[in-house]
Amino acid sequence: MSDTHQEGNANEEVESAAGYSTSIELPSAQVFRNLKNANRFAIDIGGSLAKLAYSSTFQRKTALVSDDVNKNTTSGHIYEISETEETGNRLHFIKFETKFIETCLDFICQNLVDDVNHYGALKEKHVKTTGGGAYKYKDLTVRTQIDKEDEIDLPNQGCNFLLKNIPDEVFLYDRHDTPQYKFQGVEHDIFPYLLVNIGSGVSIIKVEAENQFERIGGTSTGGGTFWGLGSLLTGAKDFDELLELAESGDHRSVDMLVKDIYGGAYTCVGLPGEVIASSFGKAARSCTHQNNHNSKEADCAKSLLLSISNDIGQISCLHAKLHNLKKIYFGGFFIRGHPMTMHTITYAINYWSKGDIQALFLRHEGYLGAIGAFLKGAEEEDGGLYSWGENYAGSSGLQSPQGSAFQFKTRSSTFDMLELDKLSKPLICCPLLLDPASYIPDTVDLTHDREAREYWLQCFSESIERTRCQAVSSQPNSDDVEQRASKFKEKYLSRLQDLKQNPCAYGTLTVRSLLDMVNHCLQEFNFTDPYLQQKQFENDQALKCLPDLLRQHCEMTFEQRQFAISKGLLAGNVFDWGAQEVVQILSENKEFGFLEAQDKLQGRPWLFDDYDHWYERVSQGPPHKCAAIFCDNSGADIILGVMPFTVDLLQRGTQVILCANSRPTLNDVTFTELLILVKRVAAVSDVIRTALDQGHLKVMESGQGSPCLDLRLTDHELVQMMRRQGTDLIVIVGMGRAVHTNCHAAFACDALKVAVLKNRWLANRLGGNMFDVMFKFERSRKVAASAGR
Amino acid sequence: MAEKLSLDDTCGEVLGSSNSPLHGDPVYCPPMPWFGMDIGGTLTKLVYFEPQDISEHEEQQEVETLKTIRKYLTGNVAYGKTGIRDVHLEMKNQVIGGRLGSLHFIRFPTYEMPAFVELAKSKNFSSLSDTICATGGGAFKFEEDFKREVKLELHKIDELDCLIKGIHYIDRYNPFECYYWKTPNEPEKCEKVPFDFRNPYPYLVVNIGSGVSILAVNSPEDYKRVSGTSLGGGTFLGLCCLLTGCETFEEAIGLASQGDSTRVDKLVKDIYGGDYEKFGLKGDAVASSFGYMNLKEKRENVSKADLAKATLVTITNNIGSLARMCAVTQGIERVVFVGNFLRVNTISMKLLAYAMEFWSKGAMKALFLEHEGYFGAMGCLQELMKMEHHHTVEENAVNSPAQERDLQQVPSTSSVP
Repeated sequence: MSDTHQEGNANEEVESAAGYSTSIELPSAQVFRNLKNANRFAIDIGGSLAKLAYSSTFQRKTALVSDDVNKNTTSGHIYEISETEETGNRLHFIKFETKFIETCLDFICQNLVDDVNHYGALKEKHVKTTGGGAYKYKDLTVRTQIDKEDEIDLPNQGCNFLLKNIPDEVFLYDRHDTPQYKFQGVEHDIFPYLLVNIGSGVSIIKVEAENQFERIGGTSTGGGTFWGLGSLLTGAKDFDELLELAESGDHRSVDMLVKDIYGGAYTCVGLPGEVIASSFGKAARSCTHQNNHNSKEADCAKSLLLSISNDIGQISCLHAKLHNLKKIYFGGFFIRGHPMTMHTITYAINYWSKGDIQALFLRHEGYLGAIGAFLKGAEEEDGGLYSWGENYAGSSGLQSPQGSAFQFKTRSSTFDMLELDKLSKPLICCPLLLDPASYIPDTVDLTHDREAREYWLQCFSESIERTRCQAVSSQPNSDDVEQRASKFKEKYLSRLQDLKQNPCAYGTLTVRSLLDMVNHCLQEFNFTDPYLQQKQFENDQALKCLPDLLRQHCEMTFEQRQFAISKGLLAGNVFDWGAQEVVQILSENKEFGFLEAQDKLQGRPWLFDDYDHWYERVSQGPPHKCAAIFCDNSGADIILGVMPFTVDLLQRGTQVILCANSRPTLNDVTFTELLILVKRVAAVSDVIRTALDQGHLKVMESGQGSPCLDLRLTDHELVQMMRRQGTDLIVIVGMGRAVHTNCHAAFACDALKVAVLKNRWLANRLGGNMFDVMFKFERSRKVAASAGR
Repeated sequence: MAEKLSLDDTCGEVLGSSNSPLHGDPVYCPPMPWFGMDIGGTLTKLVYFEPQDISEHEEQQEVETLKTIRKYLTGNVAYGKTGIRDVHLEMKNQVIGGRLGSLHFIRFPTYEMPAFVELAKSKNFSSLSDTICATGGGAFKFEEDFKREVKLELHKIDELDCLIKGIHYIDRYNPFECYYWKTPNEPEKCEKVPFDFRNPYPYLVVNIGSGVSILAVNSPEDYKRVSGTSLGGGTFLGLCCLLTGCETFEEAIGLASQGDSTRVDKLVKDIYGGDYEKFGLKGDAVASSFGYMNLKEKRENVSKADLAKATLVTITNNIGSLARMCAVTQGIERVVFVGNFLRVNTISMKLLAYAMEFWSKGAMKALFLEHEGYFGAMGCLQELMKMEHHHTVEENAVNSPAQERDLQQVPSTSSVP
């Protein structure tokens, strides 16, 4: 170890001896965002890391679509748009090194709304503290009048919250797999489970229901033991440095392996030679006659990490077996996403349970206590009244598992953040899915598919400039629009860079998550609905063409009409501002209309062509009872494609639920827009008007804000409606909803998946060309499944 | 002693009896010397049977080599710098292979094995026998060395087999072998109390050597290794050497007995200011072993003894916790702790005794055996006595009284399969 290093070490210690470091520069406002409107705080002060949680409200621009066209008769639009402000709710979680705690609290106090009496400000904000460190920093917490919360029951509350709200929160870790993370999607039945919270000691908690849990065991050999013994045995000056050392060490010079005792494997008991028989067994002087005492610090650190991880794994496994639990979640500061730690624990659990029990890790394991403390007394935030969504723009991803020591270092000194946005209503699983447990919305897992990953990352980084321009042009009256748009671009590109390094940073990487990330980054810089005007314009134009189109359909034979309607559904879907090549065409050819779009379409047979099958069902079968249609784009797509299709369904006696996004994205039609559009269509279509009056046609929000469709998270009112109406047909329109997602989804009812392939690479990959057609009709698999048995 | 039980009677009875294959059942015996050897990761344990019914005639006949070995082993209590005979464990008046004699218990560090091989070679051991029985990992590891250097076949005997057989033998023939600690958490009242182990099944054996093996025993023949951990005696000694610079187990235990682990560990009360009643955690329970040692000011204020004590407590509690979990999983209430980690280590025994009692609310009992680490070697000796000796070295046979005896008995045992 170099002298300079040791000097640094000494300084550090002086600082911590004096209390807390005050000499750091915080990335302040970047980290503690929205402090002015923060209202509840919780602080989890651990020995090495402190976690701050607060909720805040923030103002964001939002599009207001108004039905009232008479107010401004000059516009000529079918509805009015305006921008307004709305209040959003957000949860902030920040993780940083404990030594910064005072500086951070100071910063927070200074920036709260009422900064007059400093710490008094915090007092009014109902601050909760927890963690072993809260005791150590009690002079701070006394000044800030913080309630001290019971520690052990907090992590499981935090864990429940994360499991319920964050898709892909949970993963299995396999060092030998690519990718090493295997994300577990959305868990609908999270109970029962075993939570092993590894702080300075270890608590083992059995969680059976929301408020039903029990500490069934624990061990004092935990993170504090690793850190404490590590500090005695090595010169590492903090926890992360110790991990770094461990990463570079070789435990075999310190540990006595089975082969050291047996000369090979101990076959009759089934112990391979490489198994550690006695941790630190070789470090005993009497064990090796010669003074073989050159075991390096790094080797000791590694031996320590392995022995403690393995021990915790073994004890956890015994508890899980005893209580017949199959899932063990590991949380607490010890793991901090460290690959070797996760590997050792996973190995131990597999070994001792013979693969029967799963070792599961959490992307946000460090926040369990803070979230739990925050939720105490804030049951309204967690009462199941609404859902929370991870905000990719405001959250740091997981670090790369291949991270070099250098990355580790830089990472640990930064501030890790998690932000959750309040979503209006509870989101639950769509009842039309055949098997919710096995449903994965995404068609391609980009963490597995390297070629696809590279293409899409490239594709998204190339298209971001166009998105920036769209954002700029959507807010012509704003002074700082250029600045914000540039920041948006910068942020998104940096996120893409993170994902290039670790595709698993935000859970399973998919086209859906990349699209969502664009959205979150746009919203982050106050571009809530950049296509607002575009959508209005296209809706205006399309509505003008609708009466003619409906008339034409009336004049056709049943067979002609069915085909025209299906083709119209496809032609409408060409108008997609999310598709690069379409944007090109639309911006170069202003005259490009519905007819031109029909000409672009592939002739039959289509790439996926179940039309005959669909026609047979429509012409010969009894009408469906109720169809749920998940709509895609505004303009021609919804008005000239979906509406005639709806009219036909209604005429044939099928009730229809039109499902639109709750929040804007791209040029997708939103729920509020669709409400108005349907009224306008009612004015020109008797069928629609009658159906609306009689309640046969309903417009519902899907709960989504993405160009894709994740049916695990469906608006609960929509779910109720689907159930009540006996929905027996689901229609999914568009690339995002039917190709990038749900392409392979199996439904318990009939399903029609319709899209035009507007991405050349993807079309080629599927064995087709640009503007090839997907028209998939899948009969209810429920019948097939039961018939098969 | 408070609870005498009827052990005296028991022992009198068994010593006099002859139902045991070893006791008074002179069968088909191997050539002397009779050894059982258990070569562990850290220590090698030897059990040596010294015949004491040697007649003058026999002594004259006894080959020089054999005599040398006998005198060397029984005439000393220390061998070289590191070999030790645990005199207090010696078992007198044992009948083995039809002979009356003493069992001696000897240990030396496994790293001295090359010296032992050299000794065996220089004493011309192979002139007495071509086979010796050994168990433990070293039986595999040093097999080649023995073959090459001493021309001796190491007959490898299953380790767990030896352990269980050894426990049953010694418990049966040594009075007061098994005991427990009464009121282990009250130093002034705490005392060793004999335990009647005659009908022990099912029980758990926790063998704490360098590492730890945990066995569930349902009957003399029905047992299995159910768990184990690498955090064992080797870990205690290894860490102590690194942390305190000590050199031997005795030194480490000596340090630990003077230390205070609460200066090193973070206790429940250090975090919660008292008991954590909600979860039944006492304030003085350890919350985080070595939990204070990440702080420089705390590191500066601990002694080597404190560190040794904390290491001992950490390792012991962890073993206790695993043992208890295994016992619960297996539905077993008696847990027998053996292995050389417990030698001169009452601190650990009392901790284990207390932990088992406390966490099981009195349902479980931690039992201990006087011969701590020698059961494997004892079992190994028993196996030796049961072996068929086809490879009798002809030229020595005439010179060996034991051999003669053996040969005489060939007809009577030939009918035994």
